Amino acid sequence: MIGATVVTPTYYLVLATILFTIGGVGLLVRRNTLVMFMCIELMLNASNLTFVAYARALNDISGQVIVFFTLVVAAAEVAVGLAIIVAIFRRRQDVTADDVDLLKG
Amino acid sequence: MDAVVFFVCAAVILAGAFGVILARNPVHSALYLLTTLVGVAVLFLQLHAALVAAIQIVVYASAIVVLFLFVITLLGVDRHEQLSDPRRFQRPAAVVLGVLVAVQVIVLAGRHWTTGVAPPGHALDPPRSGNVERLARSLFTDYIWAFEITAVLLVIAVVGGVVLARRSGQRPGVAPPADASETHA
Repeated sequence: MIGATVVTPTYYLVLATILFTIGGVGLLVRRNTLVMFMCIELMLNASNLTFVAYARALNDISGQVIVFFTLVVAAAEVAVGLAIIVAIFRRRQDVTADDVDLLKG
Repeated sequence: MDAVVFFVCAAVILAGAFGVILARNPVHSALYLLTTLVGVAVLFLQLHAALVAAIQIVVYASAIVVLFLFVITLLGVDRHEQLSDPRRFQRPAAVVLGVLVAVQVIVLAGRHWTTGVAPPGHALDPPRSGNVERLARSLFTDYIWAFEITAVLLVIAVVGGVVLARRSGQRPGVAPPADASETHA
């Protein structure tokens, strides 16, 4: 039965890998910059899950400290990224990634 | 019991993740992101990381998702994304590459001969002491410089956000000219 299964850290790592993959595929597939940002959050969460799973498996608290810093970086990234999206929207009235192609030769 | 919690949370997390990338409306994507974040927080609790779980709820599930929703409502970008893709092969290629990455990580990183480290396949033993106390001790001794630099990073992020979101060419204290585009934005 499912209740008798022993959950090892490998389970968490595989789940984090799948979550990271979904985030990466979403980042490539979607065109809305806001949804692309959410996919980056998914990938960051997957890495956080890996850190915490290893912190638990190795009984080392450093993994959780790293997650703390990751959260801070994610918050800063979201603040600056959303400000960039607002600035792009003011100029172009759209937030589709295909429209921001001024650097294309 | 652990297994039941894990599999229920895994189902919630994966359903939320698929919802984020498949929902047409960005607001729905943000709400699916919320379910994923809460599921990850429950798994953090399951891994005896209580403080990290609390921070996950407070910072991610509250602050960041609300920030997303706020920007969506501010910009009015609830229009649906166009379905036709100018680059036809990008979507299948992205899915194929994603599956390839997942298989690579699971197969290669799970083997002893590639990493030189035995995969953590043993059952988990109970933690030795309180989580918050150990985390605080580590954070304020070993990682004190990183912690201090975090403050600098946050200040830079706040200043950068304000500078970027401010209307260019607008002086502080001067009312912006009322034109037609502003009422819609």
